[in-house]
Amino acid sequence: MKPSDELLSIEKVTIHYETEDGIVHALNEISLTMKKGETLGLVGETGAGKTTLAKGILRLIPSPPGVIKQGRILFEGTDLLSLNENQMRAIRGNSISMIFQDPMTSLNPVMPVGDQIMEVVEAHTKNASKEEMYQQACDMLEMVGIPADRSHEYPHQFSGGMKQRVIIAIALACNPTLLIADEPTTALDVTIQAQVLDMITALKSRLNTAMLLITHDLGVVAQNCDRVAIMYAGQVIELGTLQDIFKRPQHPYTKGLLGSIPSLTKNVRRLSPIKGLMPDPTDLPPGCAFAPRCQYASDVCTRGVPAIYTLSDTHQVRCVLAEQEVNHE
Amino acid sequence: MNDTIKRPLLRVEHLKKYFHTNKGTLHAVDDVSFSIHKGETLGVVGESGCGKSTLGRTILRLHEPTDGKIFFEDQEVTGLDAHAMKALRRDMQIIFQDPFASLNPRMTVSETIGESLLIQKLFTRKQGVELRKRVTELMDFVGLSAKLVNSYPHELDGGRRQRIGIARVLALDPKFVVCDEPVSALDVSIQAQILNLMQDLQDELGLTYLFITHDLSVVKHLSNNIVVMYLGQMVEMAPSLVLFEKPLHPYTQALLSAIPVPDPDYAVDRVLLQGELTSPINPQPGCRFAKRCPYASEACTKHDIPLKEVAPGHFVACTLV
Repeated sequence: MKPSDELLSIEKVTIHYETEDGIVHALNEISLTMKKGETLGLVGETGAGKTTLAKGILRLIPSPPGVIKQGRILFEGTDLLSLNENQMRAIRGNSISMIFQDPMTSLNPVMPVGDQIMEVVEAHTKNASKEEMYQQACDMLEMVGIPADRSHEYPHQFSGGMKQRVIIAIALACNPTLLIADEPTTALDVTIQAQVLDMITALKSRLNTAMLLITHDLGVVAQNCDRVAIMYAGQVIELGTLQDIFKRPQHPYTKGLLGSIPSLTKNVRRLSPIKGLMPDPTDLPPGCAFAPRCQYASDVCTRGVPAIYTLSDTHQVRCVLAEQEVNHE
Repeated sequence: MNDTIKRPLLRVEHLKKYFHTNKGTLHAVDDVSFSIHKGETLGVVGESGCGKSTLGRTILRLHEPTDGKIFFEDQEVTGLDAHAMKALRRDMQIIFQDPFASLNPRMTVSETIGESLLIQKLFTRKQGVELRKRVTELMDFVGLSAKLVNSYPHELDGGRRQRIGIARVLALDPKFVVCDEPVSALDVSIQAQILNLMQDLQDELGLTYLFITHDLSVVKHLSNNIVVMYLGQMVEMAPSLVLFEKPLHPYTQALLSAIPVPDPDYAVDRVLLQGELTSPINPQPGCRFAKRCPYASEACTKHDIPLKEVAPGHFVACTLV
């Protein structure tokens, strides 16, 4: 990757939540890069640290109990972790914006939707008149497929899919270079999910926005992303293109996830689930966090955290089995 | 299977459930008919608000039906009094969607599982030892470790809680179980564990399921037959494989094509629907899907469209077929 293409580079970020019950190891030296304009899917189960990573990028980790222990998050060359609160506010909503999971609770119930979009425009544009800003808000509504004459209506007058469109309009109002979408369609029905995802994809390619799409749905990833990162217990355990992950998965966890999904295209009599449960993030097992659930685990796995092995230009995996494979070849 | 010899376990005829609201009458379930044979699974799919959960609850008379009949083993369920209904509930049970809300937070695992046994007087409070033995058996059966017997729900994760919900149902040795989105609150790897468990139980105990879900890949995996609902009405019913290979109703087609398939090479020929679900309050006559349907014509909105059997076991309510 040419450095000029690089939009976001997360380098060995560790985030802990220090609670009374112990230290929650939410992110453990996670590293990840994103190119301009690309869509990266971030997949993992509940508690894998997906949302912590998203909030970490925007510096929205509640503190206390959240503590960013170490690492750098370079966005267009600037380390976001070194900025002060005012500088960070200029970035949030302007260059990086976020869509939250639940459209029902992310809008202000006592404010018309047009005003809510305008609020963002107002905060980030200087020297514009009220009329111009209101016009821009209306344009945004039209862009997400809502007639501008509904701009004076309140969130409760919209359905779930429409509310999510309003939230997308807010997120894209300042034409960000990076959009973080945290499970944007999980709360929606499939037909509405298809509408919303199609719209996000069309808008992001029109505006050339990069998107970090956080989801637990591998189907959504396969249909919408360029690359995929699989997360487990606060680390990226496998990273690759769609072909790498779906056709040549290397990590036993990735294979397990793919085996757990009932297939629409094939007839499988029995699913092959992953045994056991996610480890307790306050008490992670030594070495590879997946080892206790892994059918291929050996002594090596518990001795230390496996290194990242590069299988090809695009495909990386954090598993000792891959090391053996690389050495054999 | 020969239908003339084998009687269905459950038969639902023209079932209706209307709710009266300030804005008018909400047609949650509107004229639904089907039957399920012993040991089979009927999947019910549809989007939120289509009446699928209301259907499941009305069959168990957790909601009183507005009209229509329900037969369980040829006995009419709709006319039973409270006492007879309580006895029948041993045979008809329900697993709820949300394992976080459906368990009493102040009861331990063993109390929760044992409660139904006490209510149905299969054990008395004096038989503490026997009851405890039965509870441990059930826990073992659904894959819960015996050391959790005195745990409270908040100490357990979603998958384990759903296992309690299943054990509680199995305690009564039912014949028929309504499964109302039993896995939708769970992560995929846990979801697969629970689906496998439910399949094993069906094989071992000969259970009959009514499986309600919005996730079409889950129903395809489990069901013999599938009912597709839209705003309270059945729009299509077919054997599982037929429905996926040859969906005839435009809504079924759209629903199937909207599912994101976890395969990057899978080319989707998407039927993208315009608009959203309309309101089930005081619906107009005619096809309720017509407003979003790409093929809708005048004929669709004149009168209600009856279900038509296009092939054995394959029913569609559409003017096009």
